[in-house]
Amino acid sequence: MVVSGFGAATILAVTLAPLVGSTHVSLSRALGRGIPFADNVDAQIFFIARLPRVLAAALVGAGLSLSGVVFQALLRNPLASPDTLGVAAGATLGAMLAITLHLDVHVFGISVLPLSSFAGALGSLAIVYVLAIARRRGTSTTVLLLAGVAIAALLSAVSRFVQYLADFTDTFRTIQWVMGSLDVASYAPILGALVPMGLGFAGCAALPRALDLLSMGAEAAEARGVDVVRAERVALLSASLTTGAAVALGGPVLLVGIIVPHLVRLLVGADHRLVLPASALFGASFLIGCDLLARTLLAPVELPVGIITSIIGAPVFLWLLFRRLT
Amino acid sequence: MTRRLALTLAIAAALALGSSAQTGARRVISIIPATTEMLFAMGAGDRVVAVGSYDHYPPQVDRLPRVGALLDPNVERIIALRPDLVVLYGTQADLRTQLDRARVPYYSYTHKGLPDVTETIRSLGRRVGVPARADALAAEIETRLRDIRARVAGRARPRTLLVFGREPGSLRNIDASGGDGFLHDMLETAGGADVLGDIHRQSVDAATELVLARAPDVIIELRYGGSENLAESDLRAWDALPSVPAVRNHRVYLLRGDEFVVPGPRVAEATERLAHTLHPDAFGP
Repeated sequence: MVVSGFGAATILAVTLAPLVGSTHVSLSRALGRGIPFADNVDAQIFFIARLPRVLAAALVGAGLSLSGVVFQALLRNPLASPDTLGVAAGATLGAMLAITLHLDVHVFGISVLPLSSFAGALGSLAIVYVLAIARRRGTSTTVLLLAGVAIAALLSAVSRFVQYLADFTDTFRTIQWVMGSLDVASYAPILGALVPMGLGFAGCAALPRALDLLSMGAEAAEARGVDVVRAERVALLSASLTTGAAVALGGPVLLVGIIVPHLVRLLVGADHRLVLPASALFGASFLIGCDLLARTLLAPVELPVGIITSIIGAPVFLWLLFRRLT
Repeated sequence: MTRRLALTLAIAAALALGSSAQTGARRVISIIPATTEMLFAMGAGDRVVAVGSYDHYPPQVDRLPRVGALLDPNVERIIALRPDLVVLYGTQADLRTQLDRARVPYYSYTHKGLPDVTETIRSLGRRVGVPARADALAAEIETRLRDIRARVAGRARPRTLLVFGREPGSLRNIDASGGDGFLHDMLETAGGADVLGDIHRQSVDAATELVLARAPDVIIELRYGGSENLAESDLRAWDALPSVPAVRNHRVYLLRGDEFVVPGPRVAEATERLAHTLHPDAFGP
């Protein structure tokens, strides 16, 4: 019931957001068959500029929120975010290397920047995964958490070193990337991101009960019949794949992944059967809304979406937090 | 305006007081490519003892020591080279403070648009002690710019999107010239109408929607520095926007060269290349 409410909000956001923008678009002209697509400016603004953008926002918002929920439960830490284990730092390093080395490769219409940032995410995931399986009987969440913080710090330092060596214009491009952008201008990057995200979402779908029990502690979960080692690995892999794909698609707009899960828990409680789908749906509509503001507030120029998510997200989050405490 | 006045007064004071100002500077360090090019073009290249990290033109600078750049000037190296003049950019406040402390004279300038380029050439020439040659150089640039204006006068001005950065292989993060700055001035001088001219910024991060809505007649992409090796085939990324007149009429162009991003003595050359691209008929075969 609650989840279908979030679902309706998301459907509403996906439907309405492409109708609004910095330019006026006539919907009848955009959808009419009178003018061929190649000459139809309204249709191109609607189908090339806005719709992919809204879909990308939905995917990135859903992915980061979902992996935020998983990381917070897995690490039993309310401050855990999609970047706690260094996955986003790896993605950032990959993006910076692509920008600085002027790599020029395309695969199926996807340009080098998202590809190499996803490769960076996979690289850091591999490090974290090796660390996780190095201890045979499950992972101590504290060890995993601290190792993740160390890896994230290491990868960010390498990123900063790359940036330090880079050219002026490359540094500018890197800053642009870090601030996040959902103006993908085609469907290819979205389809590309859907593959790892689909795997990640499927993995998360198997997790609600295990995450409920894991949040109470590994021993408690084990006593109730959860295969802790397996559940932790599925959680780690799914959340990391999702984060990597989301960051590759939209840049590191990471605050979404901390704020949305908490907002949703404040609204629906702690049951992961509700929290997981509700966070994904709420994250999607939240980022669609933020991107809508990013592209219309200062029109015709745009604000980086990462600025909006933080400016809106942080105060709303604080307000909800303090309202609940008092 | 007050800043310019203050600058003029400071230069006047330096001219009146400093003995080096009367005989001209002998050991000049130039940190920004634009002023390095100016110094060489006004025949003061033999006085340049060190340059910035991004200086590549003229070829003689390759042999000179490097002292950092706009954001990371190496003060220790600069002072160790015992310059009698350091040419730096207006935003390098830390460097100015440190040079003041070390009592090293400097010349500071800022560029906002095309007219500032020749103004800087004249005042830098005075400071270095080659005023006549600097005036001649500035006058030559102004004449060339005037000639371009005359050639394209009366012709239809194509609405142009001037792009100086973009993610390779896609249309993401398009950086285009807005209504301020020397790129915009060069485009307008070359007989183009800046399609983002109403946005009063030097750089506009142009979203796909903005490009579609503004429907430019011509798109010119500039490649420079490390991005020069990018393939011409990368221009095909624009085919994703078939309703844009520039794409439909095959008027998407690629121009390579550092002269487009260095507001120095090559601005006339850069503007001529833009004008040739925008108005091929005006310049004949």
